[in-house]
Amino acid sequence: DIDDEGHKYYLELELEDVLDKDSTVSCTAEVLYHLGSRASAPDVQVTVHGELRSTQEADKEFYNWIRSLEKELVAENIPDSHGNIPPELEPIHLLAWVASGYVIWQNSTENTKFHLAQVQHVKQVKRSDEDLQFDFVVLLHEMVSQEVLPWEVTLLWHPQRGARVSQS
Amino acid sequence: DLWKPLLPEDIRAGEDLHIRIPAPLVQEAKDSLAQHMISYRVLIPDVQKLVDQSMPRERSSHREVSGGYVYTEYHPMEEIYQWMTQIQKNNGELVTQHILGKTFENRTMYYLQISQPSNKTKKIIWMDCGIHAREWISPAFCQWFVKEILQNYKTDPKISRFLQNLDLYVLPVLNIDGYIYSWKEDRLWRKSRSPYKNGSCYGTDLNRNFNSSWGSVGVSFNCSSDVFCGSGPESEPETRAVAQFIKSKKSDILCYLTIHSYGQLILTPYGSTTKPPSNNEELMQVAKEAAAALTGKYGTSYKVGSTALILYSNSGSSRDWAHMIGIPLSYTFELRDTGTHGFLLPADQIQPTCEETM
Repeated sequence: DIDDEGHKYYLELELEDVLDKDSTVSCTAEVLYHLGSRASAPDVQVTVHGELRSTQEADKEFYNWIRSLEKELVAENIPDSHGNIPPELEPIHLLAWVASGYVIWQNSTENTKFHLAQVQHVKQVKRSDEDLQFDFVVLLHEMVSQEVLPWEVTLLWHPQRGARVSQS
Repeated sequence: DLWKPLLPEDIRAGEDLHIRIPAPLVQEAKDSLAQHMISYRVLIPDVQKLVDQSMPRERSSHREVSGGYVYTEYHPMEEIYQWMTQIQKNNGELVTQHILGKTFENRTMYYLQISQPSNKTKKIIWMDCGIHAREWISPAFCQWFVKEILQNYKTDPKISRFLQNLDLYVLPVLNIDGYIYSWKEDRLWRKSRSPYKNGSCYGTDLNRNFNSSWGSVGVSFNCSSDVFCGSGPESEPETRAVAQFIKSKKSDILCYLTIHSYGQLILTPYGSTTKPPSNNEELMQVAKEAAAALTGKYGTSYKVGSTALILYSNSGSSRDWAHMIGIPLSYTFELRDTGTHGFLLPADQIQPTCEETM
């Protein structure tokens, strides 16, 4: 408890690479939930103790593939009702996960537990600069209320610059 | 198995080499590379997975088909109805299909009674699946469970001893209307389909509708909420059908199980209070043994505890109600996974999920 400010949590976590289950990295984090019900997003500080593997080649492949498309990529319902994701859309799913992470962070309190339930819709938007832009509608499941709510979030991504949420 | 270059004689120092390593040799290969100070990167962690994914469904190697029914796929309600009829037809000496009641949209709710003929009255284990429409792995498990029992009761000594002393009652889909709605309209629907407020909102959360501290905590009185508890305890026909039946048999029911997803939890009473039930020690011990056995199969870890302590507070749950009317062992199972796929658990996880839960 931090007087007049809120509740601070000290966490020791192990990150598991979704694409390489053997690979784990430990990290520590501090999370401060602010007082008050109409509060802002929690403050988060993370330190990663170790190296995350390089994804340079896969990133380049994906980037080049998207840039080579004649029509902007559009997709729906990832995964589908039976839990399947076409292999070429896996990277899109992963980017949606990242984008959801941002939305979840912005909306988390000590009494919420969010997961990405499904990517309802994704639309690529062509840009004049080097970034890829994806406009997502993600469905987030909140455990306590059991609600599944759609959220719009736009993600910019570049192989070297990484992922950023665009403030629309 | 050289992927780049294709021939060993084309290997050049300073150039990339791509090679496929069979699974049992991966660690040895990694150690050897490290020993020789050769840096590497894993491009594809599981080649078989990619191959399976790109094959048309029918040729996938892990299919559990029994009597023509594919247990490693999700089935719509019409097929589950047909399956129940077939199961009774093919196993008439053991299985009988009974009517439990009707849903709001007037569909018949059936349960299967698995009972070995005997002159002694046996205690009962009740299991229901699919109280929440979107939790598809739950009805899949009930169907798998029935198949396993029927396939192995003559040869598996554990199962045959079970059936000598116990009757099994299985309700494969409790919330039939909701389940059908999740196939046709909204995959992430949870509740039943009864209309409220002149049809401006639909559905009651059937697992908040039982008469166990109904309406007190973890619910909403707003019919558009996913945890709307209905207009009163047992306001929904589905709830009444289950409650009536269980009440009528309660002195013989040893164990009440209700199957959900997701979360990987075995939940004990209560959700409406943190005060432990009278037989908490026994409840916890049995649950811990179950969780350990489950983990032993594929390493899947399950947490055990009361809903109010490890998940959230809620009232009106079927599990709490079953315990309150006197059924000693009452559990909610939350099956795989922990959020990666959530409700959209891929069909290729049906088999391992069901095997470990058996």
